[in-house]
Amino acid sequence: MAIRTFLAALLALWLGALQAQEPIRIGAFLAITGPAAFLGDPEQKTLELYVEKLNAAGGLLGRKLQLVAYDSAGDAEKARTFAKRLIEQDRVDLIVGGSTTGETMAVVPLVEQAGVPFISLAGAVVIIEPVKKWVFKTPHTDRMACEKIFVDMKARGATRVGLISGAGGFDKSMRAECLKVAKNHGIDVVADETYGAADTDMTAQLTKIRQNGQVQAVLNAGFGQGPAIVTKNYRQIGLTAPLYQSHGVASKEFIRLAGDAGEGVRLPAAALLVPDKLADNDPQKAVVTQYTREYQARFKSDVSTFGGHAYDGLMLAVQAIRKAGSTDKAKVRDALEGVQGYVGTGGIVNLSAADHMGLDLSAFRMLEIRKGEWTLVK
Amino acid sequence: MSAQFLQFLLAGLTVGAIYALVALGFSIIYNASHVINFAQGEFVMIGGMATVSLAGAGLPLPAAIASAVLLSAAIGLALQKFAIEPARGAPVVALIIITIGASILLRGVAALVWGKNIHALKAFSGEAPIQIAGATLVPQSLWVIGVALAVVALLGWFFRRTLLGKALLATSHNRLAAQLAGISVRHVLLASFGLSGALGAVAGVLVAPITFTSWDIGVMLGLKGFAAAVLGGIGSGPGAVLGGLALGIAEAMSAGYVSSAYKDAIAFVIILAVLVFLPSGLLGARGAERV
Repeated sequence: MAIRTFLAALLALWLGALQAQEPIRIGAFLAITGPAAFLGDPEQKTLELYVEKLNAAGGLLGRKLQLVAYDSAGDAEKARTFAKRLIEQDRVDLIVGGSTTGETMAVVPLVEQAGVPFISLAGAVVIIEPVKKWVFKTPHTDRMACEKIFVDMKARGATRVGLISGAGGFDKSMRAECLKVAKNHGIDVVADETYGAADTDMTAQLTKIRQNGQVQAVLNAGFGQGPAIVTKNYRQIGLTAPLYQSHGVASKEFIRLAGDAGEGVRLPAAALLVPDKLADNDPQKAVVTQYTREYQARFKSDVSTFGGHAYDGLMLAVQAIRKAGSTDKAKVRDALEGVQGYVGTGGIVNLSAADHMGLDLSAFRMLEIRKGEWTLVK
Repeated sequence: MSAQFLQFLLAGLTVGAIYALVALGFSIIYNASHVINFAQGEFVMIGGMATVSLAGAGLPLPAAIASAVLLSAAIGLALQKFAIEPARGAPVVALIIITIGASILLRGVAALVWGKNIHALKAFSGEAPIQIAGATLVPQSLWVIGVALAVVALLGWFFRRTLLGKALLATSHNRLAAQLAGISVRHVLLASFGLSGALGAVAGVLVAPITFTSWDIGVMLGLKGFAAAVLGGIGSGPGAVLGGLALGIAEAMSAGYVSSAYKDAIAFVIILAVLVFLPSGLLGARGAERV
């Protein structure tokens, strides 16, 4: 027994001595395949690309970066297993990952116990609320999207709002968040309709909203083809109140699907989706333009906000490690918490002990479809 | 109030006509072989997706539609030839499971070939809604309803008046007797899969402007179409249309008057209730099981 302890101590010493030349290990578990692959795939590509670029530029603290990435396929159970492996076997210095909220929340107890800084790439508010000592996140939340929309509605004089949402996870979570924050913004949700994930006609629900008689604006919390059908049906039955969509459909695809019916629809979106629409003095213009150019040059495909979240996660980690001057986990964590004014693809990040996301409503831009193009609402 | 009711009714008719068109596809193969082809939804998907991609490649719309329908028919033939026929001795349940496998395969191939994006097809005769006493309907719905009715009439003629149709019915009633009477059962089955492949594709093209189309749209349309076919009496053409419309209207009315959250549940409760009292569906053959 004593011999074994002695040997273990020796091994630890030897490993410690080796540490100096060892690369800085960034662990990642991402939904690279499976149903959430549209999240994990660009995230993994982004991490790979920028770890490579950082190494080409000389690495960090004189050491190389090494990415250890596993494919959790969007499965919370697998995510847990891989996170355990990252912490115990790969002995990573920091984890960037967790494409979905489910994966992230499954891993939170592990990193909290082991004391490893963890930057999540998933959306839900529960990840940072209540604040968890070792857990941070880069993406904006549903709640912020709701607030952004409500602020815009109010500015246009609409306070009585009809809500229509789908049955998917994204849709439900956003609906709940919107209902929660509506009151704070003086918004009265007077109609609350839902539709199935694969429904093909929403005129019945929209007719009910029209029949309500006092709706001044309509918000559709949805993802996939549902919002495009809602938009078409909305025009079909002749509703004229302003229609808002969520950030879930902030892509060219939505404009294409909704066609002429999409004219005048507003939605909140990250700056990354409209780099060429940003003003030249926009603080995010440089970073989103550069990321878009580099990603497209390498992978020949369009950027998504999800890849952007991974970019922000990695850059925050780099900034924190540089500031901490070491990979000591507690020091890196404290440095992360102290990050101020980091300009990322997702917005300007000001982290603090009370806020482990650090974004405000300026992270979202309000867009309106005009003549089949996104335009910034001033 | 009446305008509201009319709008719910029209919404129900739109959705119902889509279900009906898909439900019709189930009836041909069922009539020929008593197999419920769970890849029927994939035929619908292939029709829509192939049309979108061919039209996108520059083919004029009618040519794109014709090619898509032919492609889907060819896939139907291949399904029978290479998957169902080799297992011809197997019980019907095994054949149904084969069609489930085929549907998963087709979906996977479609996702690879066409990607996972959602696509839109332009409506055939514009998007300007038609006003009817304060309610509205898109012109494409009339296309769907019209073609569904035309298909029912055609199928009725096919099964009653043509040799192949009669052979198909004979095969479904008694395969051995049909064979002894000189009917080539193999060819009949092949024809039934080809036909329902083509029919599925026609449905897919017609509904694409309303529902959009994507690699996985067949799952939902197939299931709802199957439910409509069962409700109307599987194997019956008019039954498929009636079942589809009833299902669509039930959904729209529950969404309008009760709650949109429960509309699917209400629709399926109605189906269950109908099947308890009329086990063979609204218009299904009232066949007594002889022991």
